[in-house]
Amino acid sequence: MTKVLVIADHYNGKLKKSTLSAIHFAGQAGDFSIAVIGNNVDLVADELKLFGAEKIYITDSPELEHYLAHEYSAVIADLVSHTGAEYVVMSTSTTAKDLMPVVAARLSAGMASDIIHFKNGKFKRSMYAGNAVAAMEITTPIKVVTVLDTAFPKAEPGSTESPVEVFTTEISTGNAKWIAMDESISDRPELTEANIIVSGGRGFKDAENKHLIESLADKLGAAIGWSRAAVDAGWAPNDLQVGQTGKIVAPDLYVAIGISGALQHLAGMKNSRVIVAINKDEEAPIFSVADYGMVADLFNVLPEMAEKIPGQTG
Amino acid sequence: MKIIVTTKRVTDPDIKVTVNSDGTGIDLQDMTYKMNPFDEIAVEEAVRIKENSGGEVILLSIGPAGFQTEIRAGLAMGADRAIQVEHDDYVEPSVAARIFKKVIERESPDIVLMGKQAVDDDAGQTGQTLAFLLGWPQACFASEISINKNSAVVRREVDKGIETLEVSLPAVITADLRLNEPRYPSLPMIMKSKKKKIDTLSFSELAADIEPRVRYLSMENPMEREGSCVLFEAVDDLINALQTKAGAIR
Repeated sequence: MTKVLVIADHYNGKLKKSTLSAIHFAGQAGDFSIAVIGNNVDLVADELKLFGAEKIYITDSPELEHYLAHEYSAVIADLVSHTGAEYVVMSTSTTAKDLMPVVAARLSAGMASDIIHFKNGKFKRSMYAGNAVAAMEITTPIKVVTVLDTAFPKAEPGSTESPVEVFTTEISTGNAKWIAMDESISDRPELTEANIIVSGGRGFKDAENKHLIESLADKLGAAIGWSRAAVDAGWAPNDLQVGQTGKIVAPDLYVAIGISGALQHLAGMKNSRVIVAINKDEEAPIFSVADYGMVADLFNVLPEMAEKIPGQTG
Repeated sequence: MKIIVTTKRVTDPDIKVTVNSDGTGIDLQDMTYKMNPFDEIAVEEAVRIKENSGGEVILLSIGPAGFQTEIRAGLAMGADRAIQVEHDDYVEPSVAARIFKKVIERESPDIVLMGKQAVDDDAGQTGQTLAFLLGWPQACFASEISINKNSAVVRREVDKGIETLEVSLPAVITADLRLNEPRYPSLPMIMKSKKKKIDTLSFSELAADIEPRVRYLSMENPMEREGSCVLFEAVDDLINALQTKAGAIR
C-alpha cells in the first residue's frame, strides 16, 4: 500500500482545519501518517488522533518555534526517508506555498500545486486564474502535493486513536531569521474557515461605508472579504482579499456586495455552496455564478438586510 | 547591488482563456502576451533598489527565440540588460529553476527577485525551488523590502497577517501584489531601452538537467455552476429564499 505523509498546518497551538482536507486526500492515496512540526505542539497532535493515521509523528523543538522553509523542509525530508512515504501532502496556505516546493526540491520530487481532484494517481488543478482545469501526473517516485482544501471534504473523526511517536532529528539552521509577526486582529471567523462570508467591492465607494458590511457580518456571524479593487484602494488589509491571487474560499454562503466579479475574483469563490450577488449593474459577471441576486443599490439594500436578517450567532 | 529579475512571458491575463477543441491546451489563436504581472512588480522593485543604492538589474527569461517584447518592456522600465534562454515549449517550475540556477551561477547576483507566481500555470514553485538549488535563503510573498549591507529585511504577506524575515544575501525574494505599483515606461525610456543588450543562450549551452518531473495530460473547461441566478426585488424575498430554498441561514 502506498505510504503518505501529511504535514499538519497549525498556528499558535491550534490545528488549521484545512489539514482535514489533506487527510481526506491522503486516505484516498494510501496509508497515511501525520507529521506535526513545531514547538510545544502536543495539543495539535491531540486534535489529529482520531482520523485514522497509522502514526502521528511529533518533531518538537524550540528551534522550530517559528516556521522557516529551510528548517521545516529538512525535518520533512528526514521524515520522508524514515517513513518511506511516496506522497508528501499539505493543505494549501501561505505556509504550504512557501514550504512544499522546497520539500520537493530537497527530494528531487515533482510537485502538483493546489490540486482539486485526485483519481488513479492523476491530479487535476486549476490554471489561468481558474479558467482551465489541467489533468497531470507526477513522474518521480516521491510526489509532493498541496491540496486546495475547498475542493476536498474534511476527514471525519473515528473512534480509534492513532499512536504518537516523537521523531527526533538534528535541526539544520538556514540563513533566514524570523523577526516578527504582525497579526491581523479580528473577532470575526477566519476567511478560509468561515461558514458565511460577506464580501465587498468597489461599489462601497469609500472606506467610510465599511460599517454597512460590518453590521450585516455581525448579524450573520460571518467573515468579511474584499475584492482586489477594495484592497488596492486601501479599504482593507491584504489578507482579506478573496480571489485567485488572494484567498480561495468556498463557504456555505457567500454574499458578494458591490463586486462586479472579475475573473480572478470568481476563481476565488465560485465553489461556494450558495452565492448571493447584490449589484447595481445587472450585466455584472458576478450574477453568472450567483444563485440569488438583487439588482439594487447596496446603500439601500444593506441596512435593510442587516435589520431584517435573523441573527445567526449563538 | 546586482539584481537578477526573472520575467515570464504569459498569456494576457485580461483576456479570458478557453480550452482548445482537442483538450490539449488553451486556445492560442489571436492570443496576446505580456510579462507576468507579478514579475513586473519584481522588476519595479529591482529598479527602485538600483535607483536608491546603485547597481545593476538584469532580466532573465526563458522563451521562444525572436519573441522579446516582454523583455523589452522590462528594459524600458529601467533594467540594464537581459538574458533570454531560448526555448519554445512550456517548462515546468522545477526545470525553469534548474535553468535559472545555471545562469545565476555565471552572474553571481546579490539578489534574485521573482514574481510569487506566474498567472498562466499558477504553480508558485519556481522561486522556492531555485532558492533551495542555490542554497540561498528565501523570502516569499514580499510586501516590503529593505536592503542592508549583507542582508534584506522582508515583510511578507501570510494568511495570519504580515511576517518579517531577515535573510542574508545572496537571497531569493518573491514579490506579492502590494510590494509596489509598477511604473509605465516613458517614451524616452522606451527609446533608450532599444539599445540595451539581450544576450541569448540555449538549453544545451547551459548543460542543465531538464528532465521533467511532472507531465500534463489534458485540459478541460472548469465546471460551470448549474442553473441561473434568481433575482429578487425585495429584501424580504431574498431572505426568505435563503432560509427556505437554500437552507443557508436560519
